[in-house]
Amino acid sequence: MYQYDSTDQALVDQRVAEFRDQTRRYLNGELSEEDFRPLRLRNGLYIQRFAPMLRIAIPYGLLSTSQLRMLASITRRYDRSYGHFTTRQNLQLNWPKLAEVPDILADLATVQMHAIQTSGNCVRNVTSDHLAGVAADEIEDPRPYCELLRQWSTFHPEFTYLPRKFKIAVSGAPADRAATEVHDIGLHLVRNGAGDLGFEVLVGGGLGRTPMIGQVVREFLPMGDLLSYIEAILRLYNRYGRRDNIHKARIKFLVKSLGIAAFREQVEAEWQTSREFDSQLTPDQVAHARSFFQPHSYETLPNTDRLADAGPEFKAWYRYNTRAHKVSGYRIVFVSLKPVGVAPGDMSADQMDAVAQLAEEVSFGEIRVTHTQNLVLGDVRQSDLLKTWQGLRRLGLATPNIGTLTDMIVCPGLDFCSLANAGTISVAHQLQRHFDDYDYLYDIGEIELKMSGCMNACGHHHVGHIGILGVDKHGEEWYQITIGGSAREASSLGHVIGPSVPQAEVAAIIERILDVYRELRHEDERFIDTVRRVSATPFKERVYAKDLAAA
Amino acid sequence: MQKILRLPEAAAAGAPGPDIAVITQAEFLAEPARYSTGGARVGVRVAPADRVEDLAAQLDHVALVAIEFPGPGEGRGYTYARLLRQRYGFKGEIRAVGPAVKQDLLFFMVRCGFDAFDLAPDQDLTEARQALGRFTLAYQPAVPRVAVREARFTAARERI
Repeated sequence: MYQYDSTDQALVDQRVAEFRDQTRRYLNGELSEEDFRPLRLRNGLYIQRFAPMLRIAIPYGLLSTSQLRMLASITRRYDRSYGHFTTRQNLQLNWPKLAEVPDILADLATVQMHAIQTSGNCVRNVTSDHLAGVAADEIEDPRPYCELLRQWSTFHPEFTYLPRKFKIAVSGAPADRAATEVHDIGLHLVRNGAGDLGFEVLVGGGLGRTPMIGQVVREFLPMGDLLSYIEAILRLYNRYGRRDNIHKARIKFLVKSLGIAAFREQVEAEWQTSREFDSQLTPDQVAHARSFFQPHSYETLPNTDRLADAGPEFKAWYRYNTRAHKVSGYRIVFVSLKPVGVAPGDMSADQMDAVAQLAEEVSFGEIRVTHTQNLVLGDVRQSDLLKTWQGLRRLGLATPNIGTLTDMIVCPGLDFCSLANAGTISVAHQLQRHFDDYDYLYDIGEIELKMSGCMNACGHHHVGHIGILGVDKHGEEWYQITIGGSAREASSLGHVIGPSVPQAEVAAIIERILDVYRELRHEDERFIDTVRRVSATPFKERVYAKDLAAA
Repeated sequence: MQKILRLPEAAAAGAPGPDIAVITQAEFLAEPARYSTGGARVGVRVAPADRVEDLAAQLDHVALVAIEFPGPGEGRGYTYARLLRQRYGFKGEIRAVGPAVKQDLLFFMVRCGFDAFDLAPDQDLTEARQALGRFTLAYQPAVPRVAVREARFTAARERI
């Protein structure tokens, strides 16, 4: 993985000193709340319902064991010995003390980490495919380009006060595992007719209260022009994005109001005149970045059948929590952060330390964070799988539910967030308890359930096969259900299938939806494919057919 | 009382005097010739919604462009300064003005081409000067400045 050089380290250290000074001035009363707000947000520090919340950047979701151990140590020293992994591959601390945040940042800097631009109206942490470098379908490893984008966007002088936040995701494989179509800019690594590597560029995707799918603004962008082209997009956005209405300020509204054709023309015109003074990527820089992401020193091993004499528990775990690796003899292992009774994405300090230890023993000392709020050990020898499973099971991290209904994405909701309408974590617990029968879960098969506690859609509910949105009705928590959303393979937004339901009835409604699916599906057809084939109509008609209380 | 902080290089180049007339971009563009009789040059005030490219053809008559930062979230002025310096080659003073001109933003402003800062009333001149030195490095190519080493990405123009 990437290693900081003296420039990277100096910038992060200088940032720590700057934020220490800003915090001191705020606590002394020299900086007003209004003036401090944008400064702390640029360091990922929110003032939340009960305490500040600190969002630590995990660039493109990649962690070394020393970094994961430092995160464990920080949660013990400054917080309540746990952290929460988010849909943008970051880690959130829910209980830090404002006065100690500079110390937390200083500790992070010792392991080449930071919280730079994890909030605020600037270019945010660049996210990517959690299977980068190990997936068999990959065209090219996206992480070198993510790292170059991280550096380029860090303290970009011109784009620090954009109309609204700006999120970039990069994918190097045809199967989009990074939800690139719902980002402000989505980048797909592609090759042109001549075999040169470049990017397909999408713009204007996003969730929030007005979800939109990104559109192609350029089919092929040569590698060297990556940064200057994005600067042209950002310059247009900085100038013409709306600043009068926060709900219309994301770039998707600018793209929509101009139309993609006119937007494309303006970007090209801006780019042609500005590229000479904007950042260019040289082949040497690209090669240097790529040198940090070379394949590990894999052994030459055959693929072997690990299931012949294994017990049923291991078989279930193998089937659901591991994936094929591009190298023979290896397997990709998911660490499930979705056991019953735990808020999805939460992990204790002890678990972090133990997973770091395990990663050192079986997976080249690297850990990945997924946008679905799990971790991945990317490079496990098949002969180490049993040992890995035993280790994870002891830690409560081997729940065999990856890709199933209970592997749900859930925002922190009312328990922590000051924007939320609804206690999403309670609903998650309700669903975990209601759907605790593995035979049933496995029969339902691959399905993505995503839940947000408010319109801001941090839980990606619009692109859940089943989406759940918490709404406030006269001070009570209700939940609106959508079906048919997806953030991969032709992204789509979910359809509302009926009136919202009170909290206590969410699991029962989901079960009814699944009943309709089980009746209508063809053989092994996935839920999303059934919904796409039959439309949402049969679900609308039958899920709400009669009063729930009478059911 | 105005507190104007100038970069050393700008002060050395000869800053506009305190009595220079500063008018809005609309006023200036309505009748640019009126302000340039006998080689006189004016100051032009650019608001966030102005089109800075409209000034491009008239910059010879302009000694100072004052770019407004009315509130903490307003970011268009950063782009205007870069365009003036790098696309239109403006050599005069670019001054940040308005209530949001505070020490924690100055580093970004400098890198976009500002060389003078009309600081908000609550700002301390000495602290603001120190704030300019918080970062000694930067990744991106921008308006060159001696105190900042541009460490990584370069513009095409610089490699020719």
